Amino acid sequence: MIKKLIKSVREYKRDSLLAPIFITLEVIMEVIIPYLMAELIDKGIDNGNMNYILKMGIILAISCVISLTFGALSGKYAASASAGFAKNLRKDMFYNVQNFSFSNIDKFSTSSIVTRLTTDVTNVQNAYQMIIRVAVRSPLMLIFSMVMAFGINHRLSLIYLGAVPILGVGLYLIATHAHPIFERVFKIYDKLNNVVQENLHGIRVVKSYVREDYEEKKFKDVSQDIYGNFVKAEKLIAFNSPLMQFAAYGCMLLISWFGAKFIVSSTMTTGELTSLISYTMQILMSLMMLSMIFVMVIMARASAERIVEILVEDSDLKNPENPVYEIKNGDISFRNVNFGYSKKKRDKLCLKNINIDIKSGETVGIIGGTGSSKSSLVQLIPRLYDTLDGEVLVGGRNVKEYDIKALRDEVAMVLQKNVLFSGTIKENLRWGNDQASDEELVRVCRLAQADEFIQTFPNKYDTHIEQGGSNVSGGQKQRLCIARALLKKPKILILDDSTSAVDTKTDASIRRAFREEIPDTTKIIIAQRISSVEDADKIIVMDNGSINGIGTHEELLKSNEIYREVYSSQVKGGGDDE
Amino acid sequence: MNKRSGAQNTGKTIKRLLSYIGKYKFRFTLVLIFIILSAIANVAGSMFTATLIDDYITPLMGEANPVFTGLLKAICMMGVIYIVGILSTLFYNRTMVSISQGVLKSIRDEMFEHMQKLPIKYFDTHTHGDVMSYYTNDTDTLRQMMSQSIPQMFSSVITIISVLVAMLVSNVYLTLFVVVFVCCMLLVTRKIAGASGKFFVRQQRALGSVNGYIEEMINGQKVVKVFCHEEHSKEGFDKLNDELCADASEANKYANILMPIMANLGNLQYVLIAVIGGALALNGVGGLTLGIIASFLQLSKSFSTPINQISQQLNSIVMALAGAERIFTLMDEEIEQDNGYVTLVNVKYDRDDKLVETDEKTNIWAWKVPHKFGGARFILLAGNVEFTNVDFGYNEEKIVLHDISLRAERGEKVAFVGSTGAGKTTITNLINRFYDIADGRITYDGININSIKKKDLRRSLGIVLQDTNLFTGTIRENIRYGNLDATDEEVYAAARLANADEFIKMLPDGYDTVISGDGGSLSQGQRQLLSIARAAVADPPVMILDEATSSIDTRTEAIVQRGMDALMTGRTVFVIAHRLSTVKNSDVIMVLEFGRIIERGTHEELIAQKGKYYQLYTGAFELE
Repeated sequence: MIKKLIKSVREYKRDSLLAPIFITLEVIMEVIIPYLMAELIDKGIDNGNMNYILKMGIILAISCVISLTFGALSGKYAASASAGFAKNLRKDMFYNVQNFSFSNIDKFSTSSIVTRLTTDVTNVQNAYQMIIRVAVRSPLMLIFSMVMAFGINHRLSLIYLGAVPILGVGLYLIATHAHPIFERVFKIYDKLNNVVQENLHGIRVVKSYVREDYEEKKFKDVSQDIYGNFVKAEKLIAFNSPLMQFAAYGCMLLISWFGAKFIVSSTMTTGELTSLISYTMQILMSLMMLSMIFVMVIMARASAERIVEILVEDSDLKNPENPVYEIKNGDISFRNVNFGYSKKKRDKLCLKNINIDIKSGETVGIIGGTGSSKSSLVQLIPRLYDTLDGEVLVGGRNVKEYDIKALRDEVAMVLQKNVLFSGTIKENLRWGNDQASDEELVRVCRLAQADEFIQTFPNKYDTHIEQGGSNVSGGQKQRLCIARALLKKPKILILDDSTSAVDTKTDASIRRAFREEIPDTTKIIIAQRISSVEDADKIIVMDNGSINGIGTHEELLKSNEIYREVYSSQVKGGGDDE
Repeated sequence: MNKRSGAQNTGKTIKRLLSYIGKYKFRFTLVLIFIILSAIANVAGSMFTATLIDDYITPLMGEANPVFTGLLKAICMMGVIYIVGILSTLFYNRTMVSISQGVLKSIRDEMFEHMQKLPIKYFDTHTHGDVMSYYTNDTDTLRQMMSQSIPQMFSSVITIISVLVAMLVSNVYLTLFVVVFVCCMLLVTRKIAGASGKFFVRQQRALGSVNGYIEEMINGQKVVKVFCHEEHSKEGFDKLNDELCADASEANKYANILMPIMANLGNLQYVLIAVIGGALALNGVGGLTLGIIASFLQLSKSFSTPINQISQQLNSIVMALAGAERIFTLMDEEIEQDNGYVTLVNVKYDRDDKLVETDEKTNIWAWKVPHKFGGARFILLAGNVEFTNVDFGYNEEKIVLHDISLRAERGEKVAFVGSTGAGKTTITNLINRFYDIADGRITYDGININSIKKKDLRRSLGIVLQDTNLFTGTIRENIRYGNLDATDEEVYAAARLANADEFIKMLPDGYDTVISGDGGSLSQGQRQLLSIARAAVADPPVMILDEATSSIDTRTEAIVQRGMDALMTGRTVFVIAHRLSTVKNSDVIMVLEFGRIIERGTHEELIAQKGKYYQLYTGAFELE
């Protein structure tokens, strides 16, 4: 796990090394300064030698400045090293998430990814900074004090060794008990984030149903859960410093007792005892600092595991070894395709034995009841998911042979659950092609019948879109998404129920524009309205994961019962042509 | 913002934070007492060495048969003090955990409670991830400060005071020098902590932006994939991430530098005392002896230790203040204004056939209009909605609705037809007061909706939006969201009415299938069916359907429609739809264009008028 994390240090390796080096230097100075001070007192003040006092004073002042410089430098490098490490961690995680396939994305909730990239990284960052600073300083001080103590009286110093197992066992017990609680805490953090996130996204529903109190209760339950677990974990950790105190105070008393005996039996001086005790105090201080790191490390461990989970998550859609970059044309074929979202549960198939042939340039409509797997079908074409059995061919080749990016550049898809991002209209459109000129933007917007309403905005194409497109209407959003897809100039264009909020006339205009302006592009249109698909070259009727019928409008009216039913339901309800 | 007001703000922030601890007055006082005990044990320990040597060891030296009982007693005595100290430490650490986590919890809860009261506009204009950051990243900054820094600070302050007293007893002049020097140190601290604080504030802000960016991108990750936009998404991320890194690096740099500066200033002070004291003593000024200087120097050492400890805690405090400031900004956001006083209550008829309020669930609802001088008038809830000359714009420059007047009587179905962006959704947003009108009047059962308490107003309205927002939980819970008191039977009935029952039963756990909020496992159409069921179970007198069936196939829609029509008899319905089939049987159809109603009437009337609707219907002129 640590190996995986350390990889992210990269360009901050230098700073990560410099920080402890400067700290070592600082510690050396810290050891020298008290020594010089003792000299100043013993030889200067006790003897009343003013010249010596001045001389030592100047030396000491200089030492302080040097020590300060080392300390400042170490602080600076520690800061940049840890901030940089955190940056790289976030970057590596985010980059890896970008490689995720749809099924990888389905596995982690948005809120969980968000917590991992921020809260968890912050925990690791703090621990890292602590480690490269204090983890060097305290052991050094500890070792130094120990060595000095042993130098003074090695027999007495053996007492320290007795303290080691007590501390070891105590710390081990605390760590093993606290760790699982922290693991739990961070999972609840995901939940907290999830409640807040859903509340933010669904605030209109919350307010319409006056469910503020209900939401508050939901939130408070999670909040209470965090409280309970954190209290439990931290109360365990609270044993830390008393334990350290117990060890150090115990040593002190034992040293006092045996030291006194040694002194009385003239094998030790009082001066030696005093310094031995002051070193014990120093050891206590170092131990306290170490225990602080210890706490941070326990917490960071739980976070680190969560970070690594993202880092090691491997995309289950891999680019082939020798990918094909060129997609010949917009032909599409499905050969005996079976598909389900879970590989294990083969009995829950969403698509069963699908065979379709679509020629380049054709317009294909897909109609089917709610939940009949229309979306699942088209998601296989740009290889958003892999089939379980059978193959999907685009341009005469299995989609698995293509470079994924090349494939998706040629297969533009407007998802049913469309998202616009905060930014200007222009920025959103350029997702399709960031090189596109302004004229090009206007052209595709005309095709998608979006130009007209964009022109009515005061800032036109520079109008700012809020997150999720909350400041444009549903129909406007859909048209912007279509324009965005058109900008890719794809060989295949898939509209997954993308005109549901667009009025019929606009819908018809969009289709007319498709016919006239991009005749060579294969167009696949999932729709609810018969009018959206009736002039298609081919209409596929889906029912419960299987193809119920394929044919033209007229053919299906004659032969397909479902189609006829859908048609009559729309005609009866809404006049000749809704 | 100038510097002084920044400092004032910090003062206010600290005060406000402390007010949360105020709730734990008793326990916090105990904590302070035990901190003092623990500090005393520590100080006693450092003084014990001198007593040990002078009183117990020296007298024994040179004796042939030393008796150690006195020494043993002293050490046992010390042992007891130490145990008290250790137990105190344990106690205050553990108590402080409850207090600090309790404070964090109340801050989180209060924040959420406040957020629920904010107007829709707030949610429109803030990225969700940034808001989420308040609850995690900003609240987290407080944790360390509460559980560690506060006790540490207090114990340091106690040590400082006790040492200062000892110094004063020893020598006044040198103490004065120390005080002056410490003041200088404090100045330096303030300067550095200020710089550090500035960057911590920026760090928390940057963290919020990063959080916002991640949330938005991950939420739209599928779109990112479809457009092969990964590289751009990375680029945008890198920019924010680098900013965060720079701010974090600066903030921590200042915080880290503080400690060596303090430590070495302490050393410098030591040296200066030695030099000055030495000079004074040698020249016989101020009655200083070398012995006094030596002991004073010892004191000055124990003086700088706690100061160092404080400076170590400063970064977590400064960071916490940065987080707290952001949290309090959210808590100070202005909430939705609600001057309503009319409430919705259950009523029944008493013996004189007069309406009286009751706690029983009578299913007869009425508006309670309180009189100025006590008492109240009851108006039966009917569902009559009237707009009179309403103007509205999301901002003042751009008016999107002009002079809208309409009347919807109980039991009527009113439809809005018009091209996208004509203002149909906006009209419905005004009825439930997501936004307030600029001019004109909207009444509900004859009462101006501005006088109705928002909660009660919204309770009397059911709304199904095109964007279905479900919540993580079981299907049952999601449907019951519309009416928390609904029985299982009512939930099933609502699902059947929405034609959702069929697919729900096909799911592995039926009604107890857990769905996630972004609902990966359900299709858009199925989600719409669920949100219709949710509205149906609420069973309100007025229902607003905003493109509620747009993702549902027409066969299913026809079934849903029939169910809804049955449910809505005797209720007022507002429908927005593109499919004219959905609106054809409405009592009134309003044709909207550029924020104005240009035609109104029944289907037949409008057809007879041969206006825009006629053109739409016959296909001579289609919507746009």
